[in-house]
This record gives sequence, structure tokens and C-alpha cells, in this order.
Amino acid sequence: MTNLLQTPEATQNWYLLLSTVLFSIGVIGVLFRRNALIILMCVELMLNAVNLLLVSISAYSGNVDGQVFVFFIMVVAAAEVAVGLALMVSIYRSIGSIDINVLNKLKW
Amino acid sequence: MDSSLIFYLLSALSVVSALFVVFSRSPIYSVLSLIVCFFSIAGHYVMLNAQFLAIIHIIVYAGAIMVLMLFTVMLLNLNKTTEPHKTNMTKIAAVISGGLLMLTLLASIRAEKLAAYQSPAPSELGYVQHVGLKLFQDFLLPFEISSILFVSAMIAAVVLAKKEKH
Repeated sequence: MTNLLQTPEATQNWYLLLSTVLFSIGVIGVLFRRNALIILMCVELMLNAVNLLLVSISAYSGNVDGQVFVFFIMVVAAAEVAVGLALMVSIYRSIGSIDINVLNKLKW
Repeated sequence: MDSSLIFYLLSALSVVSALFVVFSRSPIYSVLSLIVCFFSIAGHYVMLNAQFLAIIHIIVYAGAIMVLMLFTVMLLNLNKTTEPHKTNMTKIAAVISGGLLMLTLLASIRAEKLAAYQSPAPSELGYVQHVGLKLFQDFLLPFEISSILFVSAMIAAVVLAKKEKH
């Protein structure tokens, strides 16, 4: 059990790699799509990449604090999705589209 | 050996399904592949001895958030024909800039060497009693504040999605 914990950095790099890739895919999705719903989903993907990194750090360092942080991130993500989807339904009802190129009133 | 095989399979599943989320034509397929991605991330949590978080992740994300997303896709009547797409130039620029971000992040961890995958030592840290003790002893105030956040989010969602009277 102890010899596994001797080199936590080198073995944890796989999770670093995976969460970096997932985060970048989320960034690409935010820039790539015009549908606001898909953009919200890509933001969720980025949050999950960060969650995965926090849990892996928590597991390899044997500290439970990271998992509590992930718990709070999930709370905030759930609240964010609820409000975001309500906003989207409301926007769709008044404009008839959630295409972000149509929603350009604040663009200069 | 076995745990590394499971790790690689789960990683491949999460990356491929995340790519499907971004590049699939129809929003409904994006939502479904995001559910697959969340399940594979829950698998990663189990591999990392975070059993409580894995269950919470499945309940919150796959159970609540994705159902909400699916209902929104249904309510907004999004399908292939109404789905707008950016111009090819913008798409290429998006992929290049996202790739550059990934390159920068990867270059910052390049100095560390990538040893063979080893799962973390088995521990009971992820069990509900340890996480719960931590949550209710050291993080009690943020926990209570998050309940206020939830109430305000709930009220906001109801107010925003309510039909306006004209």
C-alpha cells in the first residue's frame, strides 16, 4: 500500500492528461457550436473535467478535501443548469430561437 | 494490469463520447453521448475510491441534469433541420484555438514523466462516513449556504420559465 503512494505524481499524470483533453474538448465545443443548449452542455463537460482532476488529486494524496470540493461544484452546476435552461426556454418563447448568432443585441 | 486496462477503456469512452457531444449533428445525440460521458466519469470515480461521489454523480448528472436537458430539447423542438451551424472558417478557427489551449496545458505538464498507470492505493476515504464527517465538520457553513443557493435557483427557474402574461 505504501509503495504505491511513493510516486503519486508520475501515476497521476494520466488523470491530468485525461482531464486536460476533456476540458479542451469542452472549450472547442463552446467555440464550435451555435446552439446555446450545446454550449451549456460543453460547459458541463468542462466542469466535469475539473471534477475528475480534483477527485484524482484527492485519491492519490489520500486527502478527502478534494471530494468535498467536487460535491460543492456539483451543487453549483445543478443550480446553474436549472437557471440556464429556464432562461433558454424563456428566450425561445420570446425570440423563437436559441441560436447565439440571433441573440446579438449586446454585441457591438 | 487489470485496473490500467479498465482505465484506458473508460478514458477512451469518455473522450470519444465528449467528441460526439461537440461534433454530432443533432442535439438529441449530443445529450445522449453526454450521458455516456458522465457514466464513464462515474466509472473513473469508482476507480479512484470515491464511491459516494460516483453515486452522487450518477444521481445528479445522469438522473437530474440530463433529464432536464432532454426535456428542454423536446420543449424547444430542436432537430437536425433547424440546427444552425457556423461557417467553416469559424469552425476551423474554433478547433485550432481549442487545440492550442490543449497544447499549452499539455506542455505545462510535459516536464513530468508519464509512468505506467497505477490505480491509487485502496482506501476508505471515499466512503460516505468520511466525506460526510468532513462535510459536516469543516465545511458546514458552505453546505448551509449552498442550500440558500438551491432555493434561489429553484425560485429563479420557476420565475424565468413561467409564461408571461400579455
